Amino acid sequence: MEGQYSDKVMEHFRNPRNVGEIADADGIGNVGNPVCGDIMRLYIKVDPKDEIITDAKFKTFGCGAAIATSSMVTELVKGKTIEEALKISNHAVAEALGGLPKIKMHCSVLAEQALVGAINDYLKKHGKPPIAKNFKDEHEA
Amino acid sequence: MRKVYLDNNATTRMREEVLDAMMPFYKDVYGNASSIHQFGRRSRAAVDKARQDVARLIGASSPEEIIFTSGGTESDNFAVKGVAHALRSKGDHIITTSVEHSAVLNTCKALAKDGYKVTYLPVDGYGIVNIDDLKKAVTAKTILISIMYANNETGTVEPVAEIGALAKEKGICFHTDAVQAIGKIAFDVKSLPADLLSISAHKIYGPKGAGAIYVRKGTKIDAIMHGGHHEMNKRAGTENVGGIVGLGKAAELAAKEISGEPRKLMELRDYLYKGITSKIPHTRLNGHPEKRLPNTMNVGFKYLEGESIMLNLDMEGVAVSTGSACTSGTLEPSHVLTAMAIDAADAQGSIRFSLGRDNTKEDMDYVLSVLPPIIQRLREMSPLYEKGK
Ligand SMILES: Cc1ncc(COP(=O)(O)O)c(C=O)c1O
Repeated sequence: MEGQYSDKVMEHFRNPRNVGEIADADGIGNVGNPVCGDIMRLYIKVDPKDEIITDAKFKTFGCGAAIATSSMVTELVKGKTIEEALKISNHAVAEALGGLPKIKMHCSVLAEQALVGAINDYLKKHGKPPIAKNFKDEHEA
Repeated sequence: MRKVYLDNNATTRMREEVLDAMMPFYKDVYGNASSIHQFGRRSRAAVDKARQDVARLIGASSPEEIIFTSGGTESDNFAVKGVAHALRSKGDHIITTSVEHSAVLNTCKALAKDGYKVTYLPVDGYGIVNIDDLKKAVTAKTILISIMYANNETGTVEPVAEIGALAKEKGICFHTDAVQAIGKIAFDVKSLPADLLSISAHKIYGPKGAGAIYVRKGTKIDAIMHGGHHEMNKRAGTENVGGIVGLGKAAELAAKEISGEPRKLMELRDYLYKGITSKIPHTRLNGHPEKRLPNTMNVGFKYLEGESIMLNLDMEGVAVSTGSACTSGTLEPSHVLTAMAIDAADAQGSIRFSLGRDNTKEDMDYVLSVLPPIIQRLREMSPLYEKGK
């Protein structure tokens, strides 16, 4: 139904995974602003040997969908290489949650942006060029 | 699980007495109120009685000043468009406020597309319009002032008596959307100089889809619904007899209880507010502390976004709202809180608690037991929180 959350979204909203900070994070992605109603901060821990994301945590100010997508993206990236993680699209996050109401799709974009931000932060710290990625603006949806 | 409904500004539970009064009109009394035969006459009598009850609630001098509509939205549309059309040859300027319900705001926007000029008055930090701003906005072309009696989101009450007096002095038609004030504030159109006043049944424990508009005798207004000669030629369409009877009964009961019920709600509300502010740090009251509907309390919880609070309360059986029911689903913070110059981040974390006649002290205690841990848990999740510690 228009505007209502799937059971999976509600489940992640009720019991969000990986809430918190990583004190010695290798990358931090910070996106959003309070005017739009959501801010996400994503922390990742990366094993430099094989560039595998070993841990991910988040802090989010936002609606139910913002919290659920944050939770889901931390679940999705754990154990993936940076290269694999960069392939996670906002639609993949939304799909993993059993879909999002149209007006909340921008939350999944935010989750993707936070992830790319965290990875770029890691790359920068290691003297590597950042990845440019185009994001769909789903605010209009 | 306990269920606590604190969203009475969105809608109310219909009263048993109201439903009982309505039932015959969905069963045995089915005549068209315009028919002359006995079937029709019974419906007509019920509509007439309801008109008297609504007139009595607001102190109208004649029942003929009450026109039944399909609800607050239609009443607002009728008032604004009806006067704008009727007075087009006199002028094209409408004054309203930036905190009106969308039923008025979007009607004004539609008229602006048709060439009317609309001034949206600003409000202060409590959501109150300034009379001097209104005075300055009036031009020789001003044909209508439409300012709500009380705001649905914050409960803030506008200085309608002063506004009405000014409008009267200038000879400008004054409409007030009293949908939220009815039954919560005692007033009388004999002393309140309003020409038009919108009423909705479902906010006063009546049925949804029924409402009325008070049209002071002599007010120039065009119909917006064209058809038969119903409602003194002002609103065509076969009368919604059951709904009208429900509104009438709700109005009758509201008139009886106006001296006691609002006071009870205010005490409960203030008890809840004291509890919230003593148990939860970093809150703010949005709206005027005193000039406010007795049942309404809009609280900002700093560092949080409202929907996450609302959903968590919902999981505990407590129904509240963020923004207004019509606007949740948009991404921008509420237009009302924005007009009050409340910081966007703070506006996002605002929750409206609106009490109703079914609420008890036990309900408030229940909310006070479930809310603080929710706020604490969400704040621990919020990246904005540590800064404010
Ligand atoms: C101030 C105000 N005006 C108008 C309306 C619209 O009334 P209705 O729901 O009967 O169309 C509402 C209710 O949402 C309201 O709160």
